[in-house]
Amino acid sequence: MKKYGLTWKIGGEAGYGIATTGMIFAKTFSRGGLFVFDMNESPSLIRGGHNTHTVRVEDEPIFSHIKSVNILVALNKETVDKHKNEIALDGSIIYDGESFTIDRSEVRNDIKLFSVPLKRLATESGGERIMQNNVALGASMALIDYDIEYLNSVIRDVFGGKKGKEVADLNIKAAKSGYDYVKEKFLNAKKIKIEPIKNSPKRMYITGNEAIALGALKAGCKFYSAYPMTPASSILHYLASKEYDYDIIVKQTEDEIAAVLMAIGASFAGVRAMTGTSGGGFSLMAEAIGLAGMTETPLVIILAQRPGPATGLPTHTEQSDLRFAMHTSNGEFPRVVVAPGDIEECFYETFNAFNIAEKYQLPVIIISDKYLSESHRSVDLFDLSKMKIDRGKLISDEKLKQMKEFKRYESTVDGVSWRSIPSQENGLFKAATNEHDEYSKISEDAANRTIQVDKRFRKFKVLESEIDGAKIYGDNDADVTLIGWGSTKGPILEAMKFFQKEKIKIKFLQVLYILPFPKEKVKDVLENSNKTILIENNKTAQLGGVIKEFTGKDVDYKILKYDGRQFAPEDIYTKVKEVLEFDKL
Amino acid sequence: MTNFEELSTEDKPTWCPGCGNWGILNALKNALVQLNLPKQNVLIVSGIGCSGHLPEWINTYAFNSLHGRTLPIASAAKLVNHELSVIAVGGDGDGYGIGMGHFIHAMRRNIDITYIVHDNQIYGLTTGQASPTSEKGFKTKSTPHGSIEIPVNPIALAIASDATFVARGFAGDLPHLTKLIIEGIKHKGFALIDVLQPCVSFNTLNTFDYFQKRVYKLENEKKYDNTNKIEAFKKALEWGDKIPIGIFFKSERKTYEEELPQISKTPMVKHKIDNIDISYLMEEFV
Repeated sequence: MKKYGLTWKIGGEAGYGIATTGMIFAKTFSRGGLFVFDMNESPSLIRGGHNTHTVRVEDEPIFSHIKSVNILVALNKETVDKHKNEIALDGSIIYDGESFTIDRSEVRNDIKLFSVPLKRLATESGGERIMQNNVALGASMALIDYDIEYLNSVIRDVFGGKKGKEVADLNIKAAKSGYDYVKEKFLNAKKIKIEPIKNSPKRMYITGNEAIALGALKAGCKFYSAYPMTPASSILHYLASKEYDYDIIVKQTEDEIAAVLMAIGASFAGVRAMTGTSGGGFSLMAEAIGLAGMTETPLVIILAQRPGPATGLPTHTEQSDLRFAMHTSNGEFPRVVVAPGDIEECFYETFNAFNIAEKYQLPVIIISDKYLSESHRSVDLFDLSKMKIDRGKLISDEKLKQMKEFKRYESTVDGVSWRSIPSQENGLFKAATNEHDEYSKISEDAANRTIQVDKRFRKFKVLESEIDGAKIYGDNDADVTLIGWGSTKGPILEAMKFFQKEKIKIKFLQVLYILPFPKEKVKDVLENSNKTILIENNKTAQLGGVIKEFTGKDVDYKILKYDGRQFAPEDIYTKVKEVLEFDKL
Repeated sequence: MTNFEELSTEDKPTWCPGCGNWGILNALKNALVQLNLPKQNVLIVSGIGCSGHLPEWINTYAFNSLHGRTLPIASAAKLVNHELSVIAVGGDGDGYGIGMGHFIHAMRRNIDITYIVHDNQIYGLTTGQASPTSEKGFKTKSTPHGSIEIPVNPIALAIASDATFVARGFAGDLPHLTKLIIEGIKHKGFALIDVLQPCVSFNTLNTFDYFQKRVYKLENEKKYDNTNKIEAFKKALEWGDKIPIGIFFKSERKTYEEELPQISKTPMVKHKIDNIDISYLMEEFV
């Protein structure tokens, strides 16, 4: 059971380092052995507009944010106005009373107000006004009664590196001034005590996108091409920063069409290649994804969703591209769609995606969303011990020599044919966008057409038997079964904690692979559940439709949300409760 | 030694008899033979249109891509294996219409590929519509009252985009075109060879005869300096009674791949990937 836990939120105008400050706060606790989760919410603006960063800290594993905030750091009045209702019972607001005032009547009586002269302390400790964020961090540490040395170590890493020791020292001084101020001024204030967990294992503080990038590097991805688009851009940034250290070519292209085609070209020429984008860019990639399907060129594509259609809500979250990922491009060809639900799955499934793409010579789409791609969580170091590269039927020069003739698109039993790469003697072939025969020659012959279509889909059959595409969490004999995919996994697992406390038996069916769809497992769960509730961050219950398509079964209830924000566990709990109450009637 | 026969396929081209594409295919084969390039080290990337079929009738590695999408495929293939000779072929609709964006950026990048454009000023495979290089007033199925737009000038565009090798050939002059392709392949950097390629079925204006009367060779112009950008630009604007062919402009600039230390020792495709250690990266997140 948890002993410690709190949610801390900082809010202010965009462009004032809110996200960095939030990350420093989170890492401070992650390094103390605690579990953290954070998320930022910002408008699609560089400056101006309202920005927040929310960090949740606990002493047991956590999977998402929760709604109620214990400490709100308000860098401006707007933060108070917008978020005062999220503050938990007896929660606190840290603000700069010399910048703006909060009338006692504006906030609930139980909320404690801590006026700390953030700007003044920042300048008095020799820094710029922007260092007020560090003063606020120090003040927060005092209120939490947490060892400030953890904070200092993070500040040293964040500001020490390129900017040098001097800058780090200034920031540490600013933090200390906030810390001391609260300790002295609010001597008797009740603190939220959080203690470091000694001897806990090292954990990474990492986002889904960073985990995807690490998975790609580990898988030997040697070419990443992309056009900037939120929320996929941080994959581009991360990989570009490691370009020289890890010998990978990272190419920002003129558009997403070029991005996906370059990845196809690189893969065709023999390296593992990936591209990444969000829904709008993915729309542009549609035709080329079919080209990868037709030419049987391995390809990994990251689709980090955001609310659409068109430009939608560029910096928010939604799960509305599931059907699109399943059906992108004209014609019929097999593809894989995998939907990681957490950071670990982002890493492992990206690694797997490269193996699958090469083993089955088809496009693999990894579908994420803003919440998963950009939120941080503390996770154990990834287990690299069992990871094995499998390049499938990539043919060796020796094998080519032994062959009488090379048929690039040979109609084999498993549908997978040997693949050569340019420069290999005796392996000449022509990857063709047109239908082609076994030798890769363009052919409009009717019988050949059927043979080649069947061959391509045969691969998928084999692949289907190899993948366990669904996971089950919770009580096997549950009264109620929640069903979801992707990033809602976190909030769902958190909501289940509330039910478990009430001794209500509950389980969660996570559909990890959308294609190939784990129909047997899903069907089995649906047939053996009393009540099934689908939870999706979209309007049209897309997974619900897919389930019906593959199993013939309906879910009993749907909880849907499409306001561009992730479900909070509390919301899922309340909605599920409503369903249960309704069901009793 | 690479010879003409081994580059030839059993199947014969399905282009119309007399089409300019035959000349381009033969010039390309001649160039590969004269350069003695092993066929497995040659990659031809094509798009869609009559030109898109070219790789079917030449024995090398090939990627027949989507309409307008030759250059991204060709560029990436070259980046991950710079030991390949990469040749992109496309048409005027393919490269100067739907693929125009890629064209400009490929020149900016200066990746060492050779881009041969079969420029017949018409859409042939779709049976005769106006193309980006169709002349103003040109009547086609899609412009029965005459094309209103003025044509793209690919040579001027390439010079303005700092392409490092800009040439125009004529499908009716095989030896000259062969030479241009050889120079283009030998050139370190992006090489554009725009080829006047009469379409005998749908372009009744820009015929072999039309060009025979008009073309003249820049190399015969004693005073012409093809390293002078301003002069090159002037020549690029020449079109009408006299049409220059040959190398308009040549310059030296580091290729994109030369700027990548990751591949300075070994082509990317030869890098080992079996056991990449990311433990250091994980530590950075702690």
